[in-house]
Amino acid sequence: MDTDRPAVTSLPRRLAAVGVVVVPAGFLAVFFVYPVVTIIVEGLGSDGLRRLGELPGRASFRSVAWFTLWQAVVSTVLTILVALPGAHLLARRRFRGKALLRAATTVPFVLPTVVVGGAFLAVFERLGLDDGPMRLTRTVGAILLAHVFFNVAVVLRTVGTFWGDLDPRSGEQARVLGATPWQAFRWVTLPALRPAVAAAASIIFLFCFTSFGVVLVLGGPARATLETEVWRHAVSRGDLASATAVALVQLAAVVATVVATNRLQRRRTVTQRPVRRTSLPRAGIGLLAGNLCLLAVVLGLPVFVLLERSLRRSGAGGGWTVDHYAALADRVSLLPTSALGALGNSLLFAAVAAGLATIVGGLASLVVVHGRRCFARTLDLGMMLPLGASAVTLGFGMLLALDEPPLDLRSSRWLVPVAHALVGIPFVMRTVVPTLRSVDQRLREAAATLGASPARVRREVDGPLAMRALAVGAAFSVAVSLGEFGATSFLPRNPDRLTAPLALFRLLGVPGDALRGQAMALAVVLMALTAVAVLVIEGGRNRGGVKGDW
Amino acid sequence: MTASAVDDRRGLRVEDLRVAFEGKAVLKGIDLAVEPGEVLVLLGPSGCGKSTLLRAVAGLEQLTTGRVWWDDDDLTDLPTHLRQVGLVFQDHVLFGHRDVAGNVGFALRVAGASAPSVTHRVAEALEMVGLAGFEGRRVDTLSGGESQRVALARSLAAAPRAILLDEPLGSLDRVLRERLTDELGALLRRLDLAAVHVTHDHDEAFALADRIAVLGDGRIDRIGVPDEVWADPGSVHAARCLGHENLLALDVRGCCALGQLGAGSGTVLLRADRLFLGGATEGTAAVVVSTTRRSGRPVVTVAVGDVEVRVPVEEAMPGLVMGDEVGLVVAEDAVIPLTD
Amino acid sequence: MPAKGDPILCRRNANTLATLIVGFLLAGCAGANDATSVPLSSGGLGATEESVPPIGPVTLITHDSFWVSEGTLAAFTEATGIEVVHQTAGDTGQMVASAILTAGDPLGDVMFGVDNTFLQRALDAELFEVYKSPSLNGVPEELQLDPQYRVTPVDFGDVCVNYWIESFDDELPAPTTLDDLVDPAYIGMLAVQNPETSSPGLAFLLATIAEYGDSWENYWAELRANDVVVTAGWEDAYYGEFVAGGGTRPIVVSYASSPPAEVLYADPPVEEPPTGVVTDTCFRQVEFAGILAGTKKRLAAELLVDFLLSKTFQEDIPLNMFVFPALASANLPQTFVDFVELADDPHVLDPAIIEANRNAWTDRWTQIVLR
Repeated sequence: MDTDRPAVTSLPRRLAAVGVVVVPAGFLAVFFVYPVVTIIVEGLGSDGLRRLGELPGRASFRSVAWFTLWQAVVSTVLTILVALPGAHLLARRRFRGKALLRAATTVPFVLPTVVVGGAFLAVFERLGLDDGPMRLTRTVGAILLAHVFFNVAVVLRTVGTFWGDLDPRSGEQARVLGATPWQAFRWVTLPALRPAVAAAASIIFLFCFTSFGVVLVLGGPARATLETEVWRHAVSRGDLASATAVALVQLAAVVATVVATNRLQRRRTVTQRPVRRTSLPRAGIGLLAGNLCLLAVVLGLPVFVLLERSLRRSGAGGGWTVDHYAALADRVSLLPTSALGALGNSLLFAAVAAGLATIVGGLASLVVVHGRRCFARTLDLGMMLPLGASAVTLGFGMLLALDEPPLDLRSSRWLVPVAHALVGIPFVMRTVVPTLRSVDQRLREAAATLGASPARVRREVDGPLAMRALAVGAAFSVAVSLGEFGATSFLPRNPDRLTAPLALFRLLGVPGDALRGQAMALAVVLMALTAVAVLVIEGGRNRGGVKGDW
Repeated sequence: MTASAVDDRRGLRVEDLRVAFEGKAVLKGIDLAVEPGEVLVLLGPSGCGKSTLLRAVAGLEQLTTGRVWWDDDDLTDLPTHLRQVGLVFQDHVLFGHRDVAGNVGFALRVAGASAPSVTHRVAEALEMVGLAGFEGRRVDTLSGGESQRVALARSLAAAPRAILLDEPLGSLDRVLRERLTDELGALLRRLDLAAVHVTHDHDEAFALADRIAVLGDGRIDRIGVPDEVWADPGSVHAARCLGHENLLALDVRGCCALGQLGAGSGTVLLRADRLFLGGATEGTAAVVVSTTRRSGRPVVTVAVGDVEVRVPVEEAMPGLVMGDEVGLVVAEDAVIPLTD
Repeated sequence: MPAKGDPILCRRNANTLATLIVGFLLAGCAGANDATSVPLSSGGLGATEESVPPIGPVTLITHDSFWVSEGTLAAFTEATGIEVVHQTAGDTGQMVASAILTAGDPLGDVMFGVDNTFLQRALDAELFEVYKSPSLNGVPEELQLDPQYRVTPVDFGDVCVNYWIESFDDELPAPTTLDDLVDPAYIGMLAVQNPETSSPGLAFLLATIAEYGDSWENYWAELRANDVVVTAGWEDAYYGEFVAGGGTRPIVVSYASSPPAEVLYADPPVEEPPTGVVTDTCFRQVEFAGILAGTKKRLAAELLVDFLLSKTFQEDIPLNMFVFPALASANLPQTFVDFVELADDPHVLDPAIIEANRNAWTDRWTQIVLR
C-alpha cells in the first residue's frame, strides 16, 4: 500500500487525510449506526430478546424468512442474466442513442411501487397473463419480474462501466485461441468482471431482500418478506419488540450477505490499464435488436402503459389528450403546490442527496481501497448496510435518536436527503471501489516517482480514473432520491416541501380519472426528469476528461 | 505498389483488405500472402496500421472490403475462433485469473481436450518455449520475457495454421529481445507455421524474415525478400523503416553536395554497404563529424558540404577523430532513387 | 458571556409568564367566540406588545392524507398570531407508531388523524393531554368516543362497499347488504383490502364483525368461496381491480365519499357519479386531534385544536380530505349534498374492543382468507 510510506506531511495535509476517514465514518455513525442501535436497544428492551428466541421455532416465520431469501437470490440472478447482454452492448459496442438508452434504463428506479405495480397488472392483463396457466398476476413471478424491472439498471451501469474499462484484448485473445464468443465470455471476461458483478449482485440482493412495496402490491396479499413483517409488527400491530426481533434477523442476514459479497469483490481484481480506445465496433443488428427487445419487454412495457395512461382520457372510448400534462403546471386543488413545484422540490432534495452521497461515498471508497485493512473492511461493510436495513428500523431509529442538540434533526427537512444519501452511498461505492481497485498500481508509482505526494497521486491518478464511476454513482443517487427510496416515509415532512412521488401518492389517493391521469403524467415527467438528470451528470463527466489522459 | 504474390494459392492470403475507424481509412487495400513455414515480417512505424492488419486477419476488426483466405477456404466471414489463426499481443495479455498452465492450456480446454492430454500438451508447449515446469506459476510473478514466452506457448498450444505476432518482443530489453528473436525464428520454421510478425525494429525484421513487407499509411510500400528490399526499398518511407540513414534530397538538377546523383529533384538513398572511406585524395573530400558503433561495428559520420553521410568502416580503419579529412567513395551502384 | 446564569433564567421566566398571559387572553377569546373570529387587535395588547415576543410556531403533526385549502391554516395565524408548522408523518399507522416511540418528547404539539381503529392504542400509550375544547358543544355525542377528552373528534367518514353502476341492471341489481356479497350471483365481483396493511381494509373487516358478531369468520369463508380478491392497499383495489381504474371487478371497498370525488375529478366532466355506495356495509371512522403530551406550547396547542373545530376549518374538510366535518353546524359543499349517501346506522365498534381484539382478528382473517 502506498499510504504506508512515512511522508513529511504538513498539518493541513494531515488534517485532510484524517478528514478522508472521519467524514464517511462520522456520517455513517451519526445517521445510521447510532439511530439503528438506539431503536434496537429500545425495541429489544422490553420483550424483544424473548421474541427473538421464539422466532426460529415458528413455522410461519421460517417460511417468511425462506421466501425472503430465495426470492431475493432468484431475483438477483435473473436480473444479472437479463442485464448482462445489455451491459456488454453498452460497454463494448457503438450505436446511435447509446447515452439515451443508458439514461433511460435508470428510469424505473424512480417509479413508486404503486405506480409500477399498476402498470405491471395492466401489462399482464393485456398479454393475457392475468389468468390461466400462465398467470403472473399475484404470483411470485410478478415479484421477480418487478425486481428485474427495478434493478436492471444496476447491472447495466455498474457492470457496464467496469466492463468498458476492461482490456478488450483478453477476450479477443481467447477468441483467437479458439474460444467461441460464449466461451471467451464465460472463461475470460466473466472472471474479470467478477468484482463488478459481485458489486451489482450485492446491491440487487439487498434491494430485493428488503423488498416491501413490490411484494405487497404484486405478490398478492399472502406474500410476506422480513421487511413486510417488520412493518406489520411495528406499524399495524404496534408491537415494537416483535418488529425489532425480525429486524435483527434481517440485519444479520444483510451483514452476512455484505461480508460475503465484499470478499468476492476483493478477490483478485483485474488490473486495468487505460486502454487505448480505438473506436468500439458498431453494434450488430442482431445484438442490438435482441437487447432492445429484451429491455423493451422488461422495462418498456410497463413504462409504455404509464405513457399511454398519461395521454389518454379514461372511461369508455377515451381519446388522446395532453390535458393531464397541462394540468401539472396548474395548482391541482389537492396539492399544496403545483406538480412542477413538487418536481422542483424533488430535484433540490436529489441534488443535496447526490452531493452528500458522492462526497461521502467517494471518500469512503478511498478509505476502502487505500486505508488500513481492518478499517477499510469495516467501512466497506458499514456503508452497504443502509441499503439492506429495514425502513422501519432506520426511520424509527432516526426519530428516536436524533432528537437532541446538536443532533436535533428529526424534524429538519434536510434529514430526508440525508436518508436518501445513505441509500445512495452504496451505489457510489459499488461503482467507484472496483474501478479504483483495478487502477494499475504502476500508474500510481509512476506518478509518485514524478514527485507526486500520496494525496496528489489520488488526485491526479485515482481521481480522473474514478470520475466516470463517480458519475454513475451520483446518477444513481439522484435516481434513488427522486424515487424517495428508503426510510423517508417515517420522517416528518413539511407538505409545502412535497416531492413528486408524494404528490403522486396524493393524486392516487382520491378517486377520479382526472387525478389519475395527472398522476400518470407526473410519473412520466418524473421519469423524463430522471433520464435528463442522468444524461447531464454523465455528460459532464465526458467533458471532464477521463481515462486515457494518462 | 510492388507486386504481391497473390497468385500462389497456398497458405494465408489477404486480398484488397480495407478497414476504417469511424469513417477514417486505416488500411487502404492490403494484399499479402504467407505460406506455411514462411515468416513474413510487417515493418512500419507506430500507427501505420500494422496491428489493425493483424487484428483484421484474426477476425477482430470489421472489414470495409477485402477477403482473407487460407488455401482455398474463405475465412472472411468466419468468426475468430474458427479461423485457427494465433495472435500474440505485444503486452502478452495473459489471463490474470489463471496460472501458467491455465493460460497455456486454454485453447485446448475450450476445444474440449481431455485433462491428461491438456496437461501433456501444455508441458510440451512450455518445453518448446523453454519454460518447462512453469505450469503452476501465477502469471503476475513472471518476468517480461517469461510472460512473452507463456503468451507464445499459449498460442502455439492451440496448434494454429498461422500465427500473428504483434510486436511480441517490443517490451523486452535488447539482449533478451535478440535472443528471443533467434529462438522464435527457429521455432516458427520448425513448426512449419505461416507466420506474420509485426515490428518496428528493422534488425529484428532482418533476423526473422523470409520476406519483409513495409507498411506505410495503410498500404504496403514494399514487399520482398530481405536483401532485395534492403537493396532497393523503393520509397523514402520504406528506406527509413528498413534502417537506411543516408537519404539525400536532390535539387531540381538532380544534384547535391556529392554531385549529380539523379535526373531531377527527389530523394536518393546511398546504400551504406556501397560507401567507402579512403584517404583525403580519394573520392569526394569529406570531414569526419563523429564516430560510433552500430551493433558493434564502427560507423563514421562524415560531412560533405551540408550533407552528412554515415559510412560503416572496417575495424582496421585508423583511429579517425572529429575533424579528420577523408575521401568518400560512392560506388556507382550505391545510389538508389526513391519515390516520395 | 454573563457571569451567572440566574439573570437569564429570570428573563426566561418573565418571557414565559408573558406568553402565558397572552395565551390566556387568546384562549379566553377563543372560548368566548368562534375560534376563527378572534378579534386580535394589537392595540388590545398594547401595553405588553413590545416586551412580549410572539409565541413560537405550533407544530401540527398529521398523517399524509391531511390536506387543507391554501390559506386555511393562515386564517389561524391571522387570528392568533401563532404560526402553524405542519408536518406529515406517514400514514395513520406510521404516525401513531412514531408518536408512541417519541412519547414524552413529541415531534409536535398537536396530532391530527388518529382514528377510532388506532385510538385505544394511542390512549394506552398516553400520547395525549386532556383538553376539553369549548367547541365540542357543536359536535354530536356519538363522535365523542373518549369521555376523558384526551382527544377531540374533528371529522368522520364511512368506509363502504362501492359499486360500478353500469355493471348492474334490473337482471342483476347492485348489492344492497353485506349478505348480498356472499350471494353466488356476485361471484368474482368484490375487491377488498388486507386489514393488516390497509385502513379501509380493516374498517370493512370491523364492519363485518360488528354485523355478524362471532360468526364473522363464516361470512369471510363464504366471501372467499365467492372469489373475493384481496389487495394490499386502497390504490391497488380501486385502480387495479375495480372497474373505475380499468380493472374487472365492479364492487370494491372504498369510501362513502368516493362518488363525489368521481364527479369532481371526472375527466371528461360528468353529471352523475358512475359509482354508488352500499350504505348497509358502512363502517364509521372518526378522526381525532389531540394535544401531544410533553408539548411546551400547551396554550397554542389548545387554540389549534379549537381551530380544527372552527367553521373555517370544518367547512374546508370535505373537499380536501373527502370526509365529513364533525361540527354539526358546518355546511357541506353541494357535491357532497348531492352525491353522498351517509348511512343512517353505520357499523361501529368500541375502540377498546377493536384494540383488544385487533391482532387476533386479523390473524384469524389471514388464516381464513389467505391461507
